[in-house]
Amino acid sequence: MSAREMAISTAAGPARWSRVVIYGLLIVFALFYLTPLFVMLSTSFKTLDEIRSGNILALPAHPTADAWGKAWGSACIGVTCEGIKGYFWNSIKMVVPAVLISTVLGALNGYVLTKWRFPGHRIVFGMMLFACFIPFQSVLIPMARVLGILGLSNTTAGLVMVHVVYGLGFTTLFFRNYYDTFPTELIQSAQMDGAGFFTIFRRILLPSSAPIIVVTVIYQFTNIWNDFLFGVSFASGGSSPMTVALNNLVSSSTGVKEYNVDMAAAVIAALPTLIVYIVAGRYFMRGLMAGAIKG
Amino acid sequence: MAFIEIDSLERTIGGNKILKGIDIELEKGGFLVLVGPSGCGKSTLLNAIAGLQQPTAGDIRIDGTSVVNLHPSKRDIAMVFQSYALYPNMTVGENIAFPLEMAGTPKENRTKEVGAVAKTLQIEHLLDRKPAQLSGGQRQRVAMARALVRKPRLFLFDEPLSNLDAKLRVEVRAEIKRLHQNTHATIIYVTHDQIEAMTLATKIVVMKDGIIQQAGTPSEIYNTPANMFVADFMGSPAMNMLPGTVTADGRGVALDAGAFTLPLATPLTPGRKVTLGLRAEAIGAGQSGFGVTLDLPVEIVEPTGSDLYLWLRLGKALVSARFPATVEQRPGAIQPVWLDLNRAVIFDTESRERIVGAAQEPALAAT
Ligand SMILES: Nc1ncnc2c1ncn2[C@@H]1O[C@H](COP(=O)(O)OP(=O)(O)O)[C@@H](O)[C@H]1O
Ligand SMILES: [Mg+2]
Repeated sequence: MSAREMAISTAAGPARWSRVVIYGLLIVFALFYLTPLFVMLSTSFKTLDEIRSGNILALPAHPTADAWGKAWGSACIGVTCEGIKGYFWNSIKMVVPAVLISTVLGALNGYVLTKWRFPGHRIVFGMMLFACFIPFQSVLIPMARVLGILGLSNTTAGLVMVHVVYGLGFTTLFFRNYYDTFPTELIQSAQMDGAGFFTIFRRILLPSSAPIIVVTVIYQFTNIWNDFLFGVSFASGGSSPMTVALNNLVSSSTGVKEYNVDMAAAVIAALPTLIVYIVAGRYFMRGLMAGAIKG
Repeated sequence: MAFIEIDSLERTIGGNKILKGIDIELEKGGFLVLVGPSGCGKSTLLNAIAGLQQPTAGDIRIDGTSVVNLHPSKRDIAMVFQSYALYPNMTVGENIAFPLEMAGTPKENRTKEVGAVAKTLQIEHLLDRKPAQLSGGQRQRVAMARALVRKPRLFLFDEPLSNLDAKLRVEVRAEIKRLHQNTHATIIYVTHDQIEAMTLATKIVVMKDGIIQQAGTPSEIYNTPANMFVADFMGSPAMNMLPGTVTADGRGVALDAGAFTLPLATPLTPGRKVTLGLRAEAIGAGQSGFGVTLDLPVEIVEPTGSDLYLWLRLGKALVSARFPATVEQRPGAIQPVWLDLNRAVIFDTESRERIVGAAQEPALAAT
């Protein structure tokens, strides 16, 4: 073997080993993170007897979807026994308008803060950023008071409003940073061509905003769907969102603990965010990257 | 009353005066080139004319009426941006049609007019493409088409060729010139490239630090620069600048560069510090009119194909001289040259301004 070949093989050796180590570690961590999901899924397909007698990591011997049906349609939450389906729709009715409104408003804010600057725009943006760092707990009581005054206590509309207000800081931040790098000359050119404020927004800016819209929608959807504190504070009983119902289901079921039903309900609760990530995840990464490089 | 009148225009950004009282007049159908080094305020001035930035003082009148309070879209001005500013999500055809669409032109008319403009600029085959799929030169054409389709009363160009490579720049430059000749459009064109200014303009305005240094025809700017900045900035190679002192009899300049005294066509105050400006083409092989012959050592030989530039040692100074390409020369040799002092421009070294009366037009100098 010539000296040159030696050099190559010794160079290739460590490279191959580091690859093995990297993949090994990645697999270990992936398993670590996937184990709870696996346990949840397999438990939800087991019968109560099997859960009591068997191994937590074992696959179901006789898979059955009974627990899923019960969780969806007939499990008892509080005094009613109609499953979580009503609450699931509550969450949908809350999350869809809240995400749409906060995203649209954030985009408009970002547009104004970058392309229609007014005296004091920095201060306004600074205050919106500050809003991102206010802890949830500290706004609970003032928010409850405001909702009371507006007559929106214990309604889905009230929850939508809370989430829009709270999310606005983040959505504005996302869009402002994205639009900051959008060439101002395009806006000026459109202005000279005779386009107005909303026409420029709709025809020039929005069509180029897909990556940041995806990022914002995922971020807002996940946060609002998973929110528990606002849900438990500002909605009660029949208007509760999914997360609150799930908590009630798990904590209030009398008699035997139906782990399979709990697990099925939990998976149902997590499903929408999972779907959003799978559908839009590709764009999410791309959008984050674009933001990272540009902003 | 001129078609475009700009009247003591000022703009201050955050305490900095960017434009310090700009006065410009331009006739209808004129091609005005604003030239000056980067950062001198050319884009700021253009944006003020377009209405994208408000001036802090002064007035802009088009066809006799002030436009400073009009929205950009109401001024009937089209602009070609340095970055071209093509709308990335629209096709070329949609880009060109956009101003018509905003003006409410019916669809069939739009298609017709876009087709006509695209034909003029030879971009018909590109109408369905997106801007990202175009080369730099093609994007430039699309940007021009979008401006042309509106048939505005004034065109603004902000360094439209600076993103193109050298060969394409020359091509598009010729095309812009042809467009101007065919359409008789009124154009204000910004560049930092003095060759572009010389080749395109019917009128040149040279700017520096937000102040106009000189306005005039290309030949006025080239032959009788108002001050040493203009003399140095315009023309390639730059004008030879020879500082010196007027001799005791007032009829010559003793050069600081060494033991040479050059005669003056017009007598000046003895002892005055002056700078004698001489273009490369005023130093050469000829021997007529008013001047001197010197034997100077050659330091650098620069053939350009069409001409031969010799860099000659004149005491401590190095001067460029233009010869026909047929002349053969090598570094180290002695070259006899004729300095045509009728074409010399005399500046006051202190104020850097041209001494009025000392310099003459070449046409006059010949008599
Ligand atoms: N928004 C701004 N804020 C502060 N200074 C600016 C701004 N825009 C331009 N300037 C300054 O104004 C001067 C002229 O700029 P510009 O008109 O773009 O120059 P040019 O187009 O001649 O290169 C520059 O010195 C630049 O730094
Ligand atoms: Mg500029």
